[in-house]
Amino acid sequence: MAGQHESNFSNPVVNWIDTRLPIFTMMQKEYATFPTPKNFNYFWNFGAIATVTLAIMIATGIFLAMNYQPNTQLAFGSVQHIMRDVNYGWLLRYVHQNGASMFFIATYIHIFRGLYYGSYKTPRELLWMIGVVILLLMMATAFMGYVLPWGQMSYWGATVITNLFSAFPIVGHPIVTWLWGGFSVDNPTLNRFFSLHYLLPFVLVGVVFLHVAALHVVGSNNPLGIDVKSPQDTLPFHPYYTVKDSVGICVFFIIFGALVFFAPNLLGDANNFIPANPLQTPPDIVPEWYFLPYYAILRSVPNKLGGVCMMFGSILVLFVLPWLDTSKVRSARFRPIYRQLIWVWVVAVIVLGVCGAHKPEGIWVVLSRVCTLYYFLHFLVILPILGKLERPLPLPESISRPVTGGGGPLPSGATAKPMEKA
Amino acid sequence: MGALRHLVAAAALAVVVAAPALAQDAPPPPAQHWSFDGPFGAYDLAAAQRGFQVYSEVCSVCHSMEYLHYRDLAGIGLTEDQIKGIAAAVTVPQGLNDQGEPKEGPGTPADAFKSPYPNEQANRAAHNGALPPDLSLIVNAREGHADYIYAILTGFADPPPDMKMQDGMNYNKYFPGHQIAMPPPLTDGRVTYADGTHATIEQEAHDVVTFLAWAANPEMVQRKQIGWRVVLYLLIMTGLTYAVKRKVWSDVH
Repeated sequence: MAGQHESNFSNPVVNWIDTRLPIFTMMQKEYATFPTPKNFNYFWNFGAIATVTLAIMIATGIFLAMNYQPNTQLAFGSVQHIMRDVNYGWLLRYVHQNGASMFFIATYIHIFRGLYYGSYKTPRELLWMIGVVILLLMMATAFMGYVLPWGQMSYWGATVITNLFSAFPIVGHPIVTWLWGGFSVDNPTLNRFFSLHYLLPFVLVGVVFLHVAALHVVGSNNPLGIDVKSPQDTLPFHPYYTVKDSVGICVFFIIFGALVFFAPNLLGDANNFIPANPLQTPPDIVPEWYFLPYYAILRSVPNKLGGVCMMFGSILVLFVLPWLDTSKVRSARFRPIYRQLIWVWVVAVIVLGVCGAHKPEGIWVVLSRVCTLYYFLHFLVILPILGKLERPLPLPESISRPVTGGGGPLPSGATAKPMEKA
Repeated sequence: MGALRHLVAAAALAVVVAAPALAQDAPPPPAQHWSFDGPFGAYDLAAAQRGFQVYSEVCSVCHSMEYLHYRDLAGIGLTEDQIKGIAAAVTVPQGLNDQGEPKEGPGTPADAFKSPYPNEQANRAAHNGALPPDLSLIVNAREGHADYIYAILTGFADPPPDMKMQDGMNYNKYFPGHQIAMPPPLTDGRVTYADGTHATIEQEAHDVVTFLAWAANPEMVQRKQIGWRVVLYLLIMTGLTYAVKRKVWSDVH
């Protein structure tokens, strides 16, 4: 068996396969024995929750696509066909529609966790940047998916968002025509959006794979934000975190289920029950809730190009966050000032979301400008300076020390390696 | 820190409250009691059947319901024979005959509800340029939902003396801008109910809105029933999973 992988699985079939293609060894290494900090709190559930939601979105989406017609004359009616005639079509569609919202809820909490516990800091910069790519892909996918039912808000949302590119000088208008495949949002636009909406989730799966691969190289951060120092600091991923993630997934599903079965249109817009009409603009064009903060940033700037740049900038700034934050301490737990300011930033984002839902008049303009300013101030000014001025609290010596007071014994069978003293 | 937490909570609450505003000048529609409200709500089938009568005799003169089929009426408790009778009473296009000319014949339960006009232009031409909207999804397609539709149907009144009405428009308390092209569709005794229910405007409006709510969300009753089972299952599942988690982690803490 020279040159072959050594496998020691008791099941002969598994062993035969693993000797030739060590996928079982890989799964065992990455998801079973993978050493994981022992002090995760429930915020660490949301990566797994988001992954599960992505799988649900792909599964429901494949079946919806079997019954959907990407044609401006047929799209709205085909969605009604799914809702009324396809067996459990309403269930597939409501899970998919609300799944988008749940996916964003999970991802936003996941991002907040990264911000609060400094998960973007060295050596996890690339892991974080891949995460920002995931966010961008999600946003593109969600935007194009919202166009597919071809309701009034689908149509006018698509018109407003694609028109943003016209703000760029010289190349702007040709880009918009190219995106549309014509001179307005029309059948070619719907066709390509459908095609891309089917494609991008699989790209997303690939990038999520890279995200997890990068995570498994540098290892997980933890609520204390300090490095793993000894095997006493870690637990094998299975069963400790598979079961803890399962608890979080169950709770998440309860909320998801309540939304799907009891208020499936709570987060939707009444206007999207009206078929798209290019000749009639709805009184308010509002994006889905998960885009409202960006929409508010866009509208807070009186200049169109400026607004577009600020809106894209609000995401792009996350790419350089690992270098903007000059503090060496990761977890906000040991950063007395950052710990307060991160909440101010959260409030600013939520207020931006509220502003995005209102017409840009009166107090909403002022509020959205103040919050936009703070959003960028936080990243571009406060974080670079704060790292130099703030006096962090003393960090604990190791993960196991504050938790168990000196490295308690690991459960038998949990790890193959003998215990080492730190 | 505590103050900040409160700020976050307040901001979160503002998101919930900040539903897209209803038409600025029209008062919010008063909340009505509906059989289909709440997580246990189901359609009052007698009301929905009376509402179908109101739709057939009044609304369907101008308003289509293009996403409904006659077979769907089983959902409000009509029998197969009743549905066959309702469908057979309308004449629907049935493709081409052997000479290649359009053919017509009596409808079957598989046919879609017949629209009152062949196309949008014909409908507009008959209504002073206004288009009576399709009613398949009307309860979902308006902010305020069932309450709003009920408010419109019962909200006709004489315009205030200082208000100048446009030609052919009618004053309605709850319509954005107060000028609606639809004349008051319902009157006391507009329909005669077979079950002896007294047909007041309020009763007719209540019944037809129940029918329209069913038409917009025909899956609702089944959805809520499955929902309770799913949520109950997940609650038990969460309890069990948490117990397993406690057991697995017991030797760590």
